[in-house]
Amino acid sequence: MKKVLAIVLTVAMVLALTACGGGTGKASGGDVVKIGVYEPQSGDNGAGGKQEILGMQYANSVQPTVKIGGKEYKVELVYADNESSNDKAVSAASQLIGAGCSVILGSYGSGVSIAASDTFLEAGIPAIGVTCTNPQVTEGNSHYFRICFLDPFQGTVMANFAKATFGAKTAYCLGQLGNDYDQGLINYFKQAAEALGMKVTTEAFPEGNSDFTSYLTNAKNAGADVIFAPCSTSYAQLIIEQSATQGVSIPLLAGDTWDSNVILNAAAGKNLDIEVSTFYQEGANADFESSFKAWINGDSTNLANNGGNDTLAAVSVMGYDAYFTALAAMEKAGSIAAADIMKALPDTTYTGITGEIKFDATGDAERDSAVIKKVNTKDAAWEFVAVQGVN
Amino acid sequence: MLTEKKDKTGLFIGAVCLAVLYVFLILLDNVIPQNSFTLLLVPVLKKGAIYSLVCVSMNLLNGFTGLFSLGQAGFMMLGGYAYAIFSIPKDQHAAVYQYFDGGLIQFSIPEALSNVLGESAGAIIGSIICIMIAGIVAAAFAALIGIPVLRLKSDYLAIATLGFAEILRAIFQWSGLGPITNGSNLLRKYTSLSAIKIGSLKLATFFPFFIAGISIALIVLLINSSYGRAFKAIRDDEIAAEAMGINLFRHKMLSFVISSFFAGVGGALLAMFQTTIQATPFKSAMTYELLLIVVIGGIGSISGSCIGAFLFIACNEWWLRFLDNGSFMGMSVPFFRDGFRKVVFSVIIMVIVLFFSKGIMGDREISFAGLARRIRGSKPSGGKEAPAK
Amino acid sequence: MSGFLEANLPYILAGISVGGQYALIAIGYTMVYGILRLINFAHGDVFMVAGLVMVYTSASMPMVLAIPVVILATVILGFAIERVAYMPLRSAPRMSVMISAIGVSYLLQNCALYFTGGLPKVYPEIPLLSNSVTIFGATTKVVTLITPVITLVLVIALVTFINKTKLGMAMRAVSKDFETSQLMGIRINNVISATFMIGCFLAAIGSLLYFSNYTSVIPTSGGMPGLKAFVAAVFGGIGSIPGAVIGAFVIGICENIIKGMGLTTFSDAFTFVLLIVILLVKPTGIFGEKATDKV
Repeated sequence: MKKVLAIVLTVAMVLALTACGGGTGKASGGDVVKIGVYEPQSGDNGAGGKQEILGMQYANSVQPTVKIGGKEYKVELVYADNESSNDKAVSAASQLIGAGCSVILGSYGSGVSIAASDTFLEAGIPAIGVTCTNPQVTEGNSHYFRICFLDPFQGTVMANFAKATFGAKTAYCLGQLGNDYDQGLINYFKQAAEALGMKVTTEAFPEGNSDFTSYLTNAKNAGADVIFAPCSTSYAQLIIEQSATQGVSIPLLAGDTWDSNVILNAAAGKNLDIEVSTFYQEGANADFESSFKAWINGDSTNLANNGGNDTLAAVSVMGYDAYFTALAAMEKAGSIAAADIMKALPDTTYTGITGEIKFDATGDAERDSAVIKKVNTKDAAWEFVAVQGVN
Repeated sequence: MLTEKKDKTGLFIGAVCLAVLYVFLILLDNVIPQNSFTLLLVPVLKKGAIYSLVCVSMNLLNGFTGLFSLGQAGFMMLGGYAYAIFSIPKDQHAAVYQYFDGGLIQFSIPEALSNVLGESAGAIIGSIICIMIAGIVAAAFAALIGIPVLRLKSDYLAIATLGFAEILRAIFQWSGLGPITNGSNLLRKYTSLSAIKIGSLKLATFFPFFIAGISIALIVLLINSSYGRAFKAIRDDEIAAEAMGINLFRHKMLSFVISSFFAGVGGALLAMFQTTIQATPFKSAMTYELLLIVVIGGIGSISGSCIGAFLFIACNEWWLRFLDNGSFMGMSVPFFRDGFRKVVFSVIIMVIVLFFSKGIMGDREISFAGLARRIRGSKPSGGKEAPAK
Repeated sequence: MSGFLEANLPYILAGISVGGQYALIAIGYTMVYGILRLINFAHGDVFMVAGLVMVYTSASMPMVLAIPVVILATVILGFAIERVAYMPLRSAPRMSVMISAIGVSYLLQNCALYFTGGLPKVYPEIPLLSNSVTIFGATTKVVTLITPVITLVLVIALVTFINKTKLGMAMRAVSKDFETSQLMGIRINNVISATFMIGCFLAAIGSLLYFSNYTSVIPTSGGMPGLKAFVAAVFGGIGSIPGAVIGAFVIGICENIIKGMGLTTFSDAFTFVLLIVILLVKPTGIFGEKATDKV
């Protein structure tokens, strides 16, 4: 028994090794340019990462080739799962570098992007952040770019919105302990809200927490007019569910993470006011959306990765734009070499579905407005509220 | 590796092998051109070396002293943070501690030394000093925690140390300590492995092997000393050991503190490798992983822990990755999708735990002396040293 | 007064409800420990798997059928884990068994990760349990109120079972002395299997109640409730069923009061502080029997 097992294990190992050898060798033929998709496919942000990938995959199906310097290249997406975890970031990043990617897209979640940043820098490969909103991703780097807005902007937008729409005097902020995205955004919201004369209470819940009743009661007892809870969707689902059953009718505000059909499903049929800031509002480009949806519905895996229905998440649209921004940079560089693309990126412009993308000196896209939308709990759909700027 | 002291040939062969390894690592960093193979190999080697050290330190506690402690991730976190906090350059403080007014500690040891000794010497000596600080901080905490906890027996000890690690994590993430630990946010921009070089000679891969090598050698020397024999006596029979005049508490404490010191050193190296550090990954799952590596390698075997660590890291982050990609040698396999690697991996671990409970090495060691004997053809007592008992 | 009650009752209600759910998991820990001297690290994950099974079965069959299927599946899982992962190690050192338990926990979590694809799964609404009610101006789910009742009923049933039936007597004998009871003709393996099955049955009920309240299942959902239930078992004196229940309620209520006091950062840490204090002051817990080491 033992001997058989030992042999089976050894054979499995050897097979695994040969498979690796085969895997690395096979894709180098022909005129192929590789784009690395550095996204979480499991862990807390797995759902968001998968939706962002969907956008890139759709973009790839729309335009599978790129013409650079008169030569047609096939674009291949190479995936690495960073497991939403900073300690897996380096090896996932190395995997993409090892596969010979010319440019990297991602990641959903700023922490993993920061953690992999130096690895990309050493390899001299440029990266384009899709929806990582923490300022530290691009700050002080020449290789990391990003096509979305930033947390200081988003926090201010939401604070302004809370003041203008709800006349909020007291805000209650709730984020996950140890999550840099939550805590960063809350920090900026707090700064802006306090500047507007609001009273802000901040609390954090530990990882793996599922009982939010006490937090919601705290919010109620603090006399909060709004609850700002920019946490990941796994927790958002629980917060929504529990504020409905507790009869807490304080409006829930959140950032771009909540723009997901997980939230729609959770809020369906409940008497709640949920408003989020995001990059894109569904309905702004009907042609694009109908073909994207047809593509999602055409494949059961895609449908499952999108959360079981065909509502477009803003992160998917951002993923789509990121793909074309990368192609635009390659065309501008006239080369598929990472170094050339990196040089071309600061001057690359691209008009995407989510608006014009143009990088400033730090490498951030110049975005001056965010879309605010709200859950229509009756139809489980997003409703456009406003385009909000900082001023 | 270095168990039989008397046989000089064994020591000599061991030293030569080590030297060859180190030269290869330096070549790997500097001469051998980067390709898709080395790009995957290098991070695995670095992380493997770091995990080897941490697992050996865990083995010192669990395998040699018989203390079932599950606090290793907590001590690694302490070490990693201590290292990062003391080595973030001054002009980066404002950016790193962006929510905490640039933080409380306003100096960086590697930077201060760089100003005096030149850049590369400053970075190397500075980071070594910070690694020492990391170890000392972890050891100091271990001494504090040890006073109450080490009076507990087996499973209770395991749960209490696990609890302490969780408490530490909550404290480190608390925004009240933000000016030091940066709260929930990442620490970054500190001296990382890529800063370790002499002129243009990169030592990024060599360095973790060097530090881990020295640390493991020290642990081996400790285990082979009279203290080590006392540890083993405590493991085999606590009451008999006490009757023989071994001070139980003192020896347990010694083992706990030393193990934590090296866990702290390992944490510091991990921080250098990752280039950013945050408290979130250092949860009990990480300790479980370390424990499984120790078991795979063989409880009570130093060389086993090292082999286990390299195998574990290589499988987890490299060799078995193909299981997640949906295709196998060109064929598409529908059930190969995200997460399948981990399922296969945990099945392998269960098989090892159930059917090969001694692990790869049992409690034997790879012995170069035995190897030497075998080459010379005299006294074929086997390539491995006889079990310690 | 009514204002005070309205403001603070939710904490207590949440505490009692969570406490009841911890209690159902804690009994599984305490019974297994009582017999095998094993911390069954996989117990929290069995609880999570029960939640996932419910998600999948309720999608394909009516609720009346789904609930028994879930309970049955969980009991079978518990039986299988014991037979495959713990029985072969009966004579191995205690550390090996514990490591095997950690391995099982790792395996269950990774399998859950594979099947869910890393996405959180929404727990189905169970009619009656998931409705909202209002008492003293505080709104909550029916399940919050029912949980302590169900817990108490099950505990009384279990204690009666252990004290009155032949199998219960065998369990008590085995936990007192493993080898002697074997010599007395008790089929040890059957008794141990039964213990695991009872533990898993209670974990399945616990998961029904828990996830009806907190409606999202992820592969790590079992981790924290599992650890806390274990702390509860230690607090009450491991091996003692009433002890585990009281410990669970104490932890559930304290945790929510601490959150209410605004010390939210340390609500989990508190549980472990309590654990360490108990271990140092009274290592055998409130109801635990004093163990004497045989030389």
